[in-house]
Amino acid sequence: MTNNKLNLKSNLSNYDDVYQILIDMHLDFTDEESQTANAKLILALVNHIGDSIVLQQAVNIVRDNTIAWRNQIINKKNSHLMPRKSE
Amino acid sequence: MPYIPPNYEPIVPDAVASKVTEKTSVLIVGAGPIGLALALDMGTMGHKVIIINRETKLTDGSRAICYAKRPLEIFDRLGLAEKMVKKGVEWNIGRVFFKNRTEPVYSFDLLPVKEQKLPAMINIQQYYNEEYNIEALEKLDNVELRWGNTLISIEEKTNSVNATVQTERGNYNLEADWLIACDGSSSPTRKMMDMGFGGETFQDNFLIADVKFKKKYPTERHFWFDPSFNPGQSVLLHKQPDNVWRIDFQVGWDIDRKEIVRPENVTPRIKAMFGEDVEFEYEWISVYTFNCRIIDSMTKGRVIFAGDSAHLVSPFGARGANTGFQDTDNLAWKLDLIIKGKADHRLLQSYDEERSLAAKINILNSTRSTDFITPKSAVSTHFRDAVLQLSTEYEFARGFVNSGRLSLPVSYPDSSLNTADDEIWPAGVPPGTNCIDAPVLEQGETQWLLNSLGWMFKLLIFVDPDYVSQDQYQVLVSLEKDEIPISCIFISQAAISGVETIIDIKGLAAERYGICKTGVYLVRPDQYVAARWHHIDINKIRNAVQRSIGYSVEEKVTKQ
Repeated sequence: MTNNKLNLKSNLSNYDDVYQILIDMHLDFTDEESQTANAKLILALVNHIGDSIVLQQAVNIVRDNTIAWRNQIINKKNSHLMPRKSE
Repeated sequence: MPYIPPNYEPIVPDAVASKVTEKTSVLIVGAGPIGLALALDMGTMGHKVIIINRETKLTDGSRAICYAKRPLEIFDRLGLAEKMVKKGVEWNIGRVFFKNRTEPVYSFDLLPVKEQKLPAMINIQQYYNEEYNIEALEKLDNVELRWGNTLISIEEKTNSVNATVQTERGNYNLEADWLIACDGSSSPTRKMMDMGFGGETFQDNFLIADVKFKKKYPTERHFWFDPSFNPGQSVLLHKQPDNVWRIDFQVGWDIDRKEIVRPENVTPRIKAMFGEDVEFEYEWISVYTFNCRIIDSMTKGRVIFAGDSAHLVSPFGARGANTGFQDTDNLAWKLDLIIKGKADHRLLQSYDEERSLAAKINILNSTRSTDFITPKSAVSTHFRDAVLQLSTEYEFARGFVNSGRLSLPVSYPDSSLNTADDEIWPAGVPPGTNCIDAPVLEQGETQWLLNSLGWMFKLLIFVDPDYVSQDQYQVLVSLEKDEIPISCIFISQAAISGVETIIDIKGLAAERYGICKTGVYLVRPDQYVAARWHHIDINKIRNAVQRSIGYSVEEKVTKQ
């Protein structure tokens, strides 16, 4: 939490519980309500973290990762998905 | 060559002609993997067992192919595991793919289980397990397998169940002390007993193609989320023995079940996946819709349900047969004590208590996998996709990827059979949890701790080799003469003269059981911990045994 460094290593022991909490937040929401709810959730967590430097690092990796995926999904055509010989 | 299940002669018992009511202690309905495992358990304990099965052959196709560690431990107790592991396939590398990205979003290595006898899981066709089980049953004179015998009605009596059984030459009556329904997801017994089976049907279908490729490929598990060859759906690929590969296509709700399984309709899917020139032959093609359901109660009077007749889960995480084997493991010793008159219906209630809990936990886990694999809303899809996209670069996201969680044994921390800790245990195996394996030395030979446990109540005594009192030793050994016999296993870092001891060669048993110097574990016949103490107290041990067979401690039924 300190050192102004975003932790990108595994930091949870109960991933499935956490994931379900996130999904259950949206029960009965419309898509639009869900978007707003996610924004509220981010704001609540950002306030809890209380560190704009950490936030900026998170924003950076998310932007880069999303743009990288945008390029991959649009450009690449799948060809051959056989299990490879060995690694 | 696709697998051809062996055919068995339909059995027509003498009772059909004589009209005399036949009697048996245990009647098992259904010779699937669960019924067979229960028959082997009860039969090995010496009970008279009759298994009836409507069909005259084993199931076609490979069906349940994943056998997790705990079921393998159960089969090791029953003497089949070594054969299964030898034949089975162990995979360690798993790869997760997403959309049309040809490189995996990430790969993982299922590190082998260290210093335990059995692996985390193996893949093996269901029919091998069934064949090995039948071979073992054929050696037991007290077990009879009747092919072509169909249960058509049940009449409940005060101390028995009267079953009417149909054969090709007519019906006969079978009076059983106990009837165990292992007759699968559409259990006729469950319908005859008018039991509710609540839950939900998922509006989705899966197409299974088991194929043999001409080329050899590395033994890896591959899972695709939303690939271009099956858009919007998932595909799973993993290996079985004999170079058979299981491919699981998610195909959605609106399908023609007859058409989709035709080889000419499956082949384009496989070519889209592997390329036009792929060479293969089919072993088995099937389609299924899955349900998550649980029966109202796993027992009703003298009728007991085990396996799919009692609970259904989604296939993700291989929790169907794996859960069923743990049902029979939990049931067999309880039924044994009840048949011998040493315990009563309360012990049977604990079967429902413990295994219904396990079924619910399995349903929760498999439902979570399903929700990740098949998101139910737009926002859920966004979360799933976000996890997969981040997983290419960041370790933290990979923990969320859920393509089916490995089936692990369920603990019963609140079971009425447990005696709660009355001392502090910072580590070890808590009451209601299955025992963990460790390498040991027994009479100079390398053995495994779990092979010393099971079948009866065992007292696992971690001894300080510097001091063992002869008096205490004599009292402990005499526990074997109790009404509920308790057999002592002494374990120590070094040999002790005058005491038959297994040696904890690597100190791993002490470490895994949280032992500093001394400690005692009371272990149930199904290798679950009933109670534990730091020091030996004979009264506490006897009280804990009472409790773990369903009696209250005040009753004092244990002969002393």
